[in-house]
Amino acid sequence: MRDASPAKTYALHIGVIVLLFALNFVLPDYHQGLFARIMALAVFAMGYNLLFGYVGLLSLGHAMFFSAGLYGAGLTVYHLGWGVPEAFLAGVACGALLALVIGLLALRTSGVAFMIVTMMFAQVFYLMILYFAGWTGGDQGLVIQQASRVIAIGGVSLDLTNPTVRYMGALALFSVVLLTTLALVRSRFGRVLVAIRENEERTKMLGYDTVANKLIAVVASGVICAASGAAYALLFGYVGSNFASIQYSILPLLWVLLGGAATTLGPFIGTLFMYYVTDITSGFTSAYLLIVGVALILLVLFAPKGIMGSIRERWLGWLP
Amino acid sequence: MPGRAEGGASRIRSRVMHFGPHLLLAALEGLVTSAVLALTALGLSLVFGVMRIVNVAHGEFFMLGAVLAWAVSTAISGHPAVGFVAALVIAPSLVGLVAFLAEWLVLRRLNYNPESTIVATIGMLYIIQQLALTFYGPEARPVEPPFSYRILLPWFGYSGYKLSVVAASAILLVITWLVLTRTKIGLIMRATQYDRETAQAFGIPVERVYAGVFAIGAMLAAIAAVLIVPISQAHYLMGQDPLLLSFIVVIIGGLGSLRGTVVAAVLIGLSDGIISMFFSPTLAKIIATLVVAMVLVFRPQGLFGTAPR
Repeated sequence: MRDASPAKTYALHIGVIVLLFALNFVLPDYHQGLFARIMALAVFAMGYNLLFGYVGLLSLGHAMFFSAGLYGAGLTVYHLGWGVPEAFLAGVACGALLALVIGLLALRTSGVAFMIVTMMFAQVFYLMILYFAGWTGGDQGLVIQQASRVIAIGGVSLDLTNPTVRYMGALALFSVVLLTTLALVRSRFGRVLVAIRENEERTKMLGYDTVANKLIAVVASGVICAASGAAYALLFGYVGSNFASIQYSILPLLWVLLGGAATTLGPFIGTLFMYYVTDITSGFTSAYLLIVGVALILLVLFAPKGIMGSIRERWLGWLP
Repeated sequence: MPGRAEGGASRIRSRVMHFGPHLLLAALEGLVTSAVLALTALGLSLVFGVMRIVNVAHGEFFMLGAVLAWAVSTAISGHPAVGFVAALVIAPSLVGLVAFLAEWLVLRRLNYNPESTIVATIGMLYIIQQLALTFYGPEARPVEPPFSYRILLPWFGYSGYKLSVVAASAILLVITWLVLTRTKIGLIMRATQYDRETAQAFGIPVERVYAGVFAIGAMLAAIAAVLIVPISQAHYLMGQDPLLLSFIVVIIGGLGSLRGTVVAAVLIGLSDGIISMFFSPTLAKIIATLVVAMVLVFRPQGLFGTAPR
């Protein structure tokens, strides 16, 4: 957040993106697939972080924005035969619209009530997916065929089922969202959001329209989460109701807390860490959720600021 | 549902004839749900009110109560009532102990920071759920009711046990209310809830009160689970629905309002029972959840609570 080092900050973020680009050629097949998934879901975490980390609004319903994107993209491809770019935009548009409506309603509350209201709206969304199982496939979900996951640009056709194309697709979205959030939180708007988190009354007194700023943040967060969902549907070819369940509202919270709330790279680090802890421990024991639970408690006891938050506190004060 | 399969005029007539008893049956079922929900939600509300923390693992304490009830009642041979009574004593005590340890080892060290405690209780949720899956397994298992007396109404027979669940819950709620309003323990709890620091300054051992409240909250959920487990079976994922419903009840009823919690539990339980008898249960849940969310949006202090301090 220090203005003294914008060059250093941008260099770090671009360095991360370049590193991820290079990893595509080094990683074994299995880890390449895992990284693509992690990057797509890290976008979800970044969208969550925008609201939770910077505005301080704890939502327990972000699964609905993710799955709005997921179903917005998945259903238009599946039922209407739309192409990949149009479907992606449809998913993002669904997320934006939903976030606007939810934001207008839920922002009338604050604190614990905000958590519960968002959780309940997400539950309604989840139940509606089950209720309209004829179109959504219910809890079985729908598989999007390989043929409908090809982008044709000019003479070149990009097949999203190809591991490298998929990796690059996920990386492209990840990079755009990472740099956008970085620019966003460094902007005037980003500072107003932090001011709202620290002291809403005072921010209001200084003449900022806190409600409008919060609404913009909810919509921006919803759009990013929906983009993640839409990309997930198109890259991995599956939409299912479990992505709308409460578990998927809790996961981004975990990733963000693990990586460090209100840090730009924290959501990615948290997602990466969580995925690999789960992956490694599930090799030893079927009871990996136990280890995840223990890890969570230990983290919150001994590193409450998350990985990037602790690094920023101890060593690198300039980290955004 | 009688009447659905028949056609034309006879269908209309049979619906008319059956509507009253049907409604009564739905109301009775809803009342049983309400009774269990009121106890579970009261536990959540106490923790929420006194300690100002959101216990996401509350549903898992409920599940743990049911699973332990199964373990105790199968370990004890003889008349089912013996096993059931043993379960009713042992299972909530064990759950209370687990909650006490969790509070002592984790929540206290977090200084009851709202966000950290949410993450920590999510961790507990995973741990308890996984332990139940590992040691209890993925099956749903029944517990035999202590007695199988059926009350014969003119239209249908109804399980006497279910009605006794309603009575037991009502008695427990009255006891809790008496403890909260008429005893020194209740006074200490209310003082801590009202102003933690002043209470501490007056020599109230706030930490011990918190540990006790957390344990009692979990025990209420466990008692509710032991009562319901002869009706619906014990399963390691059974904690999810009660958690969500308890949240709804606590919010609708208003924070820290015992009367509100009970009224909201009856309201939610009855409407759930009645709506799901006549419509699709999923649709019933959608409507109920949406209505409750709207109440929250436009009346955040709940129907019976006072505006937050």
